[in-house]
Amino acid sequence: MTTRIGVITFPGSLDDRDAQRAIRIAGAEPVALWHGSHDLEGVDALVLPGGFSYGDYLRSGAIAALSPIMSEVKDAAASGMPVLGICNGFQMLVEAHLLPGGLIRNAHQQFIRRDQKLVVENADTAWTSGFDKGAEIVIPLKNGEGGYIAGADTLERLEGEGLVAFRYAGVNPNGSMNDIAGITNERGNVVGLMPHPEHATEPGFGPGTAAAMRSGVDGLTFFESAIAAVTRVAA
Amino acid sequence: MPTIVVDVMPKAELLDPQGKAVSGALGRLGVDSFSGVRIGKRFELTVDGPVDEAVLAEAQQIAADILSNSVIEDVVGIEVVE
Repeated sequence: MTTRIGVITFPGSLDDRDAQRAIRIAGAEPVALWHGSHDLEGVDALVLPGGFSYGDYLRSGAIAALSPIMSEVKDAAASGMPVLGICNGFQMLVEAHLLPGGLIRNAHQQFIRRDQKLVVENADTAWTSGFDKGAEIVIPLKNGEGGYIAGADTLERLEGEGLVAFRYAGVNPNGSMNDIAGITNERGNVVGLMPHPEHATEPGFGPGTAAAMRSGVDGLTFFESAIAAVTRVAA
Repeated sequence: MPTIVVDVMPKAELLDPQGKAVSGALGRLGVDSFSGVRIGKRFELTVDGPVDEAVLAEAQQIAADILSNSVIEDVVGIEVVE
């Protein structure tokens, strides 16, 4: 049976359609979900996409984190469903307390867009199992408020328990503590990161690689990993 | 009409990029009396009717849970003004 992965559209989401497309390319069926609903339509996994929900008013992701559908998202996360927050979606996950820490304006105060090298620090999550631990990948990064911060206790716990999923390599683009680009919960089903895997899933539209311009498809493994995780549970 | 004013500031130990940008601009303008600028948020909650303890408690609740994020910010003041 085809894996069904929901993508929630919030007012101000930008990358929901790209996430749907990435899911389709990875071999699953994307399901468009709406922030104002309480219905996850029986999906097997969830993506909270990038964008500027509610104009980033109050704090990035803060008002979206209070959306009607977020109560179902919290229940689904607690039940072990794979949930991926990308960029604004990551900001929503921290605002909803599904992941620890917070995201603040980039240290250099600039919006940044670049093809970003990352190291996969945890390859045991629902969204990273297709990678080898320590693998270097390149996917696009584009944000104004991507500086990851957390209290000293939380940072120590993230590092000690291997909950840092991705770390910036080569350059820290936004002042994130410990070069953290993405994190996971203890169970490994909820993952959030600032860079955009959905923009690196189809040759011709991804970041450049040594092989060819725009040929990078490292983001595809995120979605293939989730399909594998859902399939494992079903089997 | 009573208004409850809630002030929220970025945590003191964290970098405040907005404040840093303003501070830099002041320096370039030759204003040298101020060694730092930090920028926070002021919320004005309008109340139709008297501000009793229940209303104030609710204001404190939303200040802590919604208006601020305790990971990155502190609520530094909750004040009733007429």
